[in-house]
Amino acid sequence: MTALVIAEHDNASIKAATLNTVTAAAACGGDVHVLVAGEGAAAAAAAAAQITGVAKVLHADGASLKDGLAENLAAQVLAIASSYSHILFPATASGKNVAPRVAAKLDVAQISDITKVVAADSFERPIYAGNAIATVQSADAVKVITVRGTGFDAAAASGGSAAVETVAAVADSGKSSFVGREVTKSDRPELTAAKIIVSGGRALGSAEKFNEVITPLADKLGAAIGASRAAVDAGYAPNDLQVGQTGKIVAPQLYIACGISGAIQHLAGMKDSKVIVAINKDPEAPIFSVADYGLEADLFQAVPELVNAL
Amino acid sequence: MKILVPVKRVVDYNVKVRVKSDGTGVDIANVKMSMNPFDEIAVEEAVRLKEKGVVTEVVAVSCGVAQCQETLRTAMAIGADRAILVETTEELQPLAVAKLLKALVDKEQPGLIILGKQAIDDDANQTGQMLAALADLPQATFASKVEVAGDKVNVTREVDGGLETLQLSTPAVITTDLRLNEPRYVTLPNIMKAKKKQLDTVKPEDLGVDVAPRLKTLKVVEPAKRGAGIKVPDVATLVAKLKNEAKVI
Repeated sequence: MTALVIAEHDNASIKAATLNTVTAAAACGGDVHVLVAGEGAAAAAAAAAQITGVAKVLHADGASLKDGLAENLAAQVLAIASSYSHILFPATASGKNVAPRVAAKLDVAQISDITKVVAADSFERPIYAGNAIATVQSADAVKVITVRGTGFDAAAASGGSAAVETVAAVADSGKSSFVGREVTKSDRPELTAAKIIVSGGRALGSAEKFNEVITPLADKLGAAIGASRAAVDAGYAPNDLQVGQTGKIVAPQLYIACGISGAIQHLAGMKDSKVIVAINKDPEAPIFSVADYGLEADLFQAVPELVNAL
Repeated sequence: MKILVPVKRVVDYNVKVRVKSDGTGVDIANVKMSMNPFDEIAVEEAVRLKEKGVVTEVVAVSCGVAQCQETLRTAMAIGADRAILVETTEELQPLAVAKLLKALVDKEQPGLIILGKQAIDDDANQTGQMLAALADLPQATFASKVEVAGDKVNVTREVDGGLETLQLSTPAVITTDLRLNEPRYVTLPNIMKAKKKQLDTVKPEDLGVDVAPRLKTLKVVEPAKRGAGIKVPDVATLVAKLKNEAKVI
């Protein structure tokens, strides 16, 4: 029994979500191999070989894998899938994009967003925006899984010394091509890996205010910035900052929700945070029901005051 | 060009579901059911493409119990031209739905299939990708912009770290994200009109698809509850608590 982890990487380094996925893979009971598929990704493959608990790294390199196109990446996984009992992807935009494609081609179910490995064939996963936790058992020969990072500790990024084996890259499918990318530039910690997150909601009122009020607090705390769906829909914050059921799932040490009412869809994305602070002037806001510390106040006064007090 | 839009009937997004005391699932008896919000965005996008003249016909599909007809009527009230119900009382998992849709794609030969990226009940986020794999079609998931240009379609996707744009050859599968559009309100005249539109019913057997579930749900429990927190009177107290009690800053 061997598990294959599909690494999330930028060719130069391994993304943090891969480390949590390695831990989940190890919990399935067998050896753990990691696939690094990219173009010019030797550095990422070398980094994957350092992860504690990884027995082997498979490195596929080619132009077809440059932009992570689902058709090609799925074909690459399928090319080596027959050796594995478990195939695990981080539940990131890329993992969610590719994993179901692999599962369907293997004619097996895919198990989304697992938060616990109960046994080699049984897993816990949240359903209904995290309002219920289901334990599901798979009868399929291969388990294709996406792993929710907040459910598993990160494996140590160093200490391992796995062999790196080269595998041939698949040909391009010819059905899709990459046109361009608009990357949100930020020096802040990544949302899903941050220890502290400062999150803003609709109450901020505008993109200018969002920036003016939330950014200084995040700067002071070295925090990542998050947002509610309402704030993203209104254009106060970019889409990749959305925390919630269908956005990013986060569990930092400290989550500070400013002017967020706390719809169940938002709570689904942050209620596993260790400490939650809510600043909201509405005493009835549902966010207070999950907050360890609630401050009933106007955020336009309270947040700058908090920046000064830190 | 024809568009196929699969829609799912789910517990309304405003309902907070309760876990059954025997741990077999969640209690959805007498709960308000609606179209999955992401699927509503998919129908809206398809109808807008028709209004732009890019598309000639919008066909809505739903797989599930007889009541899914209501969901299909809603899709037709938004503007879908006709509907197909694949009727079954079996529990349908994403792989089974993808197989049913694949059979309908073979029959209907649409140029685009637009689906919601995720249903808000099982939160699986699989069906569109699985359909694309089974039908050997290119895919663009989590779409925030769709532009059809001849036999190609350019799709902007919401990904980690920003946006990316792909070009797909049609036929292709697209799954919707929240920012793609804001679905219109359905008007009474359109609801009345939708009642007269064609709705065909087929069974999974008619399509030659085995829908037996692959995953068995062993139990369903409530998530761990957070301990009750406290309200703090002012910013100074908050800072003191975070430093000395929670020790997180």
